[in-house]
Amino acid sequence: MPVAGLTDGAVEIAPGVHWVGALDPHLRSFDIILKTANGTSYNSYVVRGENGVAVIDTVKENYADDFFRRLESVARYDEITTIVLNHLEPDHSGALPALLRRAPQARVYLSSRAQMMLKALLKPSGEPPPAYIPVTTDDSVDLGGRTLRFLHTPYLHWPDTQCTYLVEDGILFSGDVFGCHFCDARLFNDRVGDFRFSFEYYYAHIMRPFREYVLDALALIEPLELTAIAPAHGPILRHAPRDYLHRYRELATPRLHNEARVEKTLLVFYISAYGNTRRMAEALAAGAECLGGVRVSLYDLEGGESGVFTDLIEEADGLAIGSPTINADAVRPVWDLLSSLTTVNVKGKLGAAFGSYGWSGEAVRLIEDRLRGLKLRLPLEGLRIKLVPDAGELDACRALGEQLARHLTGRLETREIDLAALA
Amino acid sequence: MPKAKVTFEDIGVAVTVPAGTRLIEVSEKVGAGITYGCREGECCTCLTKVVAGGENLAPPSVLEDQVLKDNLAPRGHRLACQAQILGGELVVRPA
Repeated sequence: MPVAGLTDGAVEIAPGVHWVGALDPHLRSFDIILKTANGTSYNSYVVRGENGVAVIDTVKENYADDFFRRLESVARYDEITTIVLNHLEPDHSGALPALLRRAPQARVYLSSRAQMMLKALLKPSGEPPPAYIPVTTDDSVDLGGRTLRFLHTPYLHWPDTQCTYLVEDGILFSGDVFGCHFCDARLFNDRVGDFRFSFEYYYAHIMRPFREYVLDALALIEPLELTAIAPAHGPILRHAPRDYLHRYRELATPRLHNEARVEKTLLVFYISAYGNTRRMAEALAAGAECLGGVRVSLYDLEGGESGVFTDLIEEADGLAIGSPTINADAVRPVWDLLSSLTTVNVKGKLGAAFGSYGWSGEAVRLIEDRLRGLKLRLPLEGLRIKLVPDAGELDACRALGEQLARHLTGRLETREIDLAALA
Repeated sequence: MPKAKVTFEDIGVAVTVPAGTRLIEVSEKVGAGITYGCREGECCTCLTKVVAGGENLAPPSVLEDQVLKDNLAPRGHRLACQAQILGGELVVRPA
């Protein structure tokens, strides 16, 4: 598909290194979850050595014609010795089956975790998988005078992701990391329009849930000599590439300073129609507080916004959520909060649910199911209390809070139980 | 029926279970920190460190073995959705 301002051929990044990707300027929604105000690009690259040619990533399937036209402008298929797959999501591997048919002699280099994905992607072709070699950090491929060195950078943003570093030229082919959905035929960051918002938006929605892995990747990437970062989407970062590493480090560092860092943190969220779930929340918080060693915070969901609470939850060790039941469900502000948690990593945090109800009381179990779905651990059964909690029931709320605090601080007494008793 | 005892170190719970139980069947019920994704031995989300008693688990299947290798799992780790408890005592924690 022709795009104004862009040659039909490959675009040189460095001598013997070319961009052979495709532009998709009219895309307005990517992977359902991302807005793309001016489209995106699918970046693929070719590196020529004395002994062979490497293709790094491909493009989305419907843009294969653009990719092959640009590829053919700088290399013959029989010269291709190496195909590097930094990430196998279909927007980067869509043209792979056709490339493998055209260059069957090429060896495919991919991460260990990508192997099963490769087989799954090639299933419909019915053809046997190509010769592939799983690689990890410091493995390399010699193209003759040019060396591709691999960096094991998983979960940016799939388990299979890796980066590839062209040693002699200092170019990092980074896959999705340092990318963004921003389509501009001028290609390079010192020539395209203002893409800062797109860069930050992409990080927030794609990379933020994996920020620990971002920090691991930065530890591998920061020591490299860099002349350019060539990501799989968006502008090629040839001007001040290190600035983008710094920005990623800032973004992956906790947003809010926690002056109680030595303590564990428990957030208690509630929403309450008649004050009953609120009283439960207050008792739970008091119970957690009384043990010491836990910083407890109490929030009424009606008085805040999901974005702010999401920042807090990202840093917290545990959260308890209270909701009344209305029409056999938890109420919308609770679901708004819970649906926003896919943008942060909550795996393994301690969770609990509670709530007062007048009739059937489904909310607590539904919240528990959602928290488990988000991969929190829920060792304690949630508390459902019919209408107004009495003194004994408020004691049960306090006890739940205390137990949560014990879990957070490792002060549990070891329990012995029989599985049959849990059935 | 022969019994086994599995201790979830992260939550301080020791559970007596019938031999033949898979770890997933116990860990979810007691609320241990092991989390699950596909539940079919593919995604490796439920990677679990076997602290002691690994010999009391059935050996990994070909599928589990491959997934552990693909995911560079260290020695002494198993997939909780696949690992079957044979008997004796076992101590585990989330990887």
